[in-house]
Amino acid sequence: MLDTSLTSGDLLFMLKGAGVTLSITFWAMIGGTLLGLGFGLARATANWWVNTALGAVFDLFRSVPLLIQFVLANSFKSIIGLHWSAFTVGCVVLAIYTSTYCAEIVRGAILSVPATTRRAARSLGLSYWQDLREVVFPIALRSALPSWIGLTLGVMKDTSLVLWIGIIELLRSSQIIVTRIQEPLFVLMIVGLIYFLMSFPISLLARRLEKRWQEYE
Amino acid sequence: MIEIENITKSFGPLEVLKGVTMVVKKGEVVSVIGSSGSGKSTLLMCINGLEPINSGRILVDGLEVHAPSTNLNTLRQKIGIVFQQWNAFPHLTVLENVMLAPRKVLGMNRQEAEAFAVKNLNHVGLGDKLAVYPSKLSGGQQQRMAIARALAMSPHYMLFDEVTSALDPQLVGEVLDTMRLLSSEGMTMIVVTHEMRFAREVSDRVAFMHQGRIHEIGPPEQVFNTPQQPETVHFLKSVL
Repeated sequence: MLDTSLTSGDLLFMLKGAGVTLSITFWAMIGGTLLGLGFGLARATANWWVNTALGAVFDLFRSVPLLIQFVLANSFKSIIGLHWSAFTVGCVVLAIYTSTYCAEIVRGAILSVPATTRRAARSLGLSYWQDLREVVFPIALRSALPSWIGLTLGVMKDTSLVLWIGIIELLRSSQIIVTRIQEPLFVLMIVGLIYFLMSFPISLLARRLEKRWQEYE
Repeated sequence: MIEIENITKSFGPLEVLKGVTMVVKKGEVVSVIGSSGSGKSTLLMCINGLEPINSGRILVDGLEVHAPSTNLNTLRQKIGIVFQQWNAFPHLTVLENVMLAPRKVLGMNRQEAEAFAVKNLNHVGLGDKLAVYPSKLSGGQQQRMAIARALAMSPHYMLFDEVTSALDPQLVGEVLDTMRLLSSEGMTMIVVTHEMRFAREVSDRVAFMHQGRIHEIGPPEQVFNTPQQPETVHFLKSVL
């Protein structure tokens, strides 16, 4: 029926690659989100020159293809004598890249909270930070979630580019197998399925959260 | 006592307040009337320091609002304000909306804050809506919740900024009734309003603002029945 040279060992190899993909995604999202929160808050509240400077740096990171950033960062770390693994470089570069997008999401979400709502909070005696923590962030979180999930799914796919600095993640592992067994369509279908199985629960979680929050609106 | 002494306030080139002086004594209800853009709302924002002023000064119980040394967060605990847009916190239930500031600002514990919030919500007639999210309330109910939220800080003064202007006509009454109740309990209030009947019935004094100045201030009978200034006459003619 199904005539293939793909072994269970190959499948396991791909799943290992999927594990690497997930783990890079995880660290990049953690780092990118934390940085993005800080940058986004700065973008939403800081004065014009901080904003302009941040905007310029962000433009730089977003305009240079991620692939080039991986390769350059990987070379530079050797030049300046940093003893980071390719995995660490991959996570750090992707986290910074992610943070520039996350910052815009955070900024947009913070600015979407009506000024009048914030004024009401301040008029009750809440301090600037209390207003942010108790009122602005919870409201902003709800409007930022869909974009943030989209970003996560995008980042998961962007991780495939780290194969260029020698990391064997899901896509690279599949290529190794394709080279050997010469069944590209079949292997890529499996890879696609694995990517889907990793992404789908995240979308599902997002949908459930959104539904739960809908009763507020 | 709130003492407003010759304050001016500009937004860019636009001078909104051009030397406003007014004293509101403890227990007094002062309504501020006037056409849109006359500076009424801005005046309220200045009183609790939500807006800076250009000159003059405002004293609340002797404390200068715009002095650099004044802690506005502390001052604002004394001055409740309710806005035209009710500004509910949409992610919190009615009860949580009212509990937030007492817990975070006054440091009340949960039980204390909850008991006090329930009391205030009962007071404005929302005792049966505690677990509901604001989006499920009518405009009038949201506005009463906003009043309860301000009352939960046990303010000495309440400022009302056109609180019925954004409401459907049939919902105006319930909010005005709540305000009547407060005034009957002796709350000191400054009420910016377009509800002339309310201003006439509830106020101790009515101030007419026009182009950034208080043109006339006095007991409601005087301002409404025998206005002294031509601008007041003109305004009242247009709204009554």
